[in-house]
Amino acid sequence: MYRYDEFDHRFVAERTQEFRNQVARRLDGSLTEDEFKPLRLMNGLYLQLHAYMLRVAIPYGTLDARQMRMLAHIAETWDRGYGHFTTRQNIQYNWPKLADTPDILDALASVEMHAIQTSGNCIRNTTSDPFAGVAPEEIDDPRITAELIRQWSSLHPEFTFLGRKFKIAVTGCEEDRVALRLHDIGVQIVRKDGNPDGAVGYRIFVGGGMGRTPMISRELRAFLPKADLLPYLEACLRVYNLHGRRDNKYKARIKILVHEQGIDSYRAQVEAEFAAMDRSAIAAPEAEVARIAAYFAAPELPDRSADEADYSRAFQSDAQFAAWVQRNTFQHRVPGYVAATISLKPVGGVPGDATAEQMRVMADLAEAHSQNEIRITHEQNVVLPHVALADLYKVYRGLQGAGLDAANKGLVTDIIACPGLDYCALATARSIPVAQAISNRFASPERQADIGPLPIKISGCINACGHHHVGAIGILGLDKAGVESYQITLGGDATERAALGDRTGPGFGYDELPEVVEKVVDTYIAHRQGNRETFLQTYRRIGMQPFKEALYAA
Amino acid sequence: MLLDASGEIEDHWPLVADGDPLPEQGYALVPLARIERALEQSRVYLGLQAPNDTVPEDLVPYFGRLGLISVDFPSFADGRGFSIAACLRDKGFSGRLRAEGPVIADQFGYLLSCGFDELNVPDDVAIRQPVDQWLAQLENVSLAYQRRQTGRLSVLDQRLAARG
Repeated sequence: MYRYDEFDHRFVAERTQEFRNQVARRLDGSLTEDEFKPLRLMNGLYLQLHAYMLRVAIPYGTLDARQMRMLAHIAETWDRGYGHFTTRQNIQYNWPKLADTPDILDALASVEMHAIQTSGNCIRNTTSDPFAGVAPEEIDDPRITAELIRQWSSLHPEFTFLGRKFKIAVTGCEEDRVALRLHDIGVQIVRKDGNPDGAVGYRIFVGGGMGRTPMISRELRAFLPKADLLPYLEACLRVYNLHGRRDNKYKARIKILVHEQGIDSYRAQVEAEFAAMDRSAIAAPEAEVARIAAYFAAPELPDRSADEADYSRAFQSDAQFAAWVQRNTFQHRVPGYVAATISLKPVGGVPGDATAEQMRVMADLAEAHSQNEIRITHEQNVVLPHVALADLYKVYRGLQGAGLDAANKGLVTDIIACPGLDYCALATARSIPVAQAISNRFASPERQADIGPLPIKISGCINACGHHHVGAIGILGLDKAGVESYQITLGGDATERAALGDRTGPGFGYDELPEVVEKVVDTYIAHRQGNRETFLQTYRRIGMQPFKEALYAA
Repeated sequence: MLLDASGEIEDHWPLVADGDPLPEQGYALVPLARIERALEQSRVYLGLQAPNDTVPEDLVPYFGRLGLISVDFPSFADGRGFSIAACLRDKGFSGRLRAEGPVIADQFGYLLSCGFDELNVPDDVAIRQPVDQWLAQLENVSLAYQRRQTGRLSVLDQRLAARG
């Protein structure tokens, strides 16, 4: 894992002090409310429906036990004993007091964390693959690139007052676990010309996004040499900052610029800018890349195959454990190890929420059994990336004791939901209670297993924080003359087969939703070929019509 | 209030509005729309007022004749001017760069980093944020991960230097 050096420490310390001063200058009138707002947003502090909300950055979703314990400490000391993990691999606290936030930022700084750029019209937390350094087919560890981008984008003087927020994701695999094509910029580590011996570099996508105008990104560059990454990103951002629309905040994202200008015109401008700039002043020196890469060297994972008897026995005798292993573990590149997904989606729970106590359990397990590493996923779950099979039952029992043992990764109850009308000032409808009701409806583990992979994603407004556009079943909550009305989309996909969902037709009432999902699921079950055809495969084969008939038949 | 990294400074560049005659000599700040005509007046030391939708490339032909480019900030939250300045510097402009408009003290470091030399803020900002707040901002934020137009080293550069 990356560790701060003296410069990173000083940078965050200065930033925390700066925010303390900004709060004081707001209070003494030096800053107007309008001036203070983007400054506090840039420090992760939102004003929500009932209270302030502080969003803390977890760079590329990676943290260690000490950091997780601090998140627990903050939850207990300055909030209501829990936190909410987000689709940008961050964590947010829903009840901090404004006056406490500088202290919270100090506490974070003490464990090399901050809330910089988790909000506001700037470059947000760069997300990455939760199985970085684990996935067997990975070309290179994306966290090295993500850390380079984190540093480059931190308080970038040119790009701190953009037209709108800007999100970057990085992956090192063909298999997409980062929703790459739904980002303003997606960076995929590739080999030149797909040749297994080719040079390692980047394939760059631009102009993806969700929100009210969802778009799948376009390829900007098929191959970018590694050393050119930061200058190239700088050129991309500069063209956006100069030419992106500022007349309408809903048209200010880069996807609109790329769409209106056309990808070829945007590319030509980026390439011209890139050719003209002093790249050496922006690119990270080779020694710096090597310094960062060393932090992400693969951990030494000893051969524990001689100790696997417990695991094998438990796998035979404990059916729940066996189901969890099959559902929630991912084959590690090192034999005898897995990455274990801890689901934060217990049946009927609030998706992505964890209590301080649960955070400590996860921290303890990571320290004892996962090389002190933890990852947050954009599906709002947690991953222990390096668990030996020999320790897996122990880990499972530990999770079970804390209510963290749901064996539902990717299943119908592994729902992404935004905070919705329970917290959010922008929301037009509830989303958490919708997730809970659907989750309760499909509580039976046997039924979930029978249905198979079926990502449901719920947003409580058109801004799409719950990623409904790319849910196999997407649910969008709107306000229709004071009544919550939910639009259903089908066939969305956030993976390498990226697709936006299609609307079924008129919306449904809040109380109807579990029944609506039930009908969609029943239609799938009735039409699927064999037991292995997934919902998305069936949908792509049979299309919308059968689902429409099931939903709207009189 | 006009200020640079040293504090408040005097303004040498009187704005010559559209329609007003140019001085025979000395300094004159003119709007972009007037630049072609103003260039004919060879003894005047010219500054150019650039709106924030200026395409930096379009100003390159004038670089040799301009002592100052003043980039408009209609609002502190409209950050196009940051890229305009960086772009003008990348394209070789070596005269003075001014940010004109209600920018705030918290942006001072960013503005200088992008290549601005000076800022001209309206009175209501100057009253709420007197010059000491601007200078304190530079003092308190000493590090950046990006190399600056001012030549100040980035964290990446400093790391290399510290590790030999």
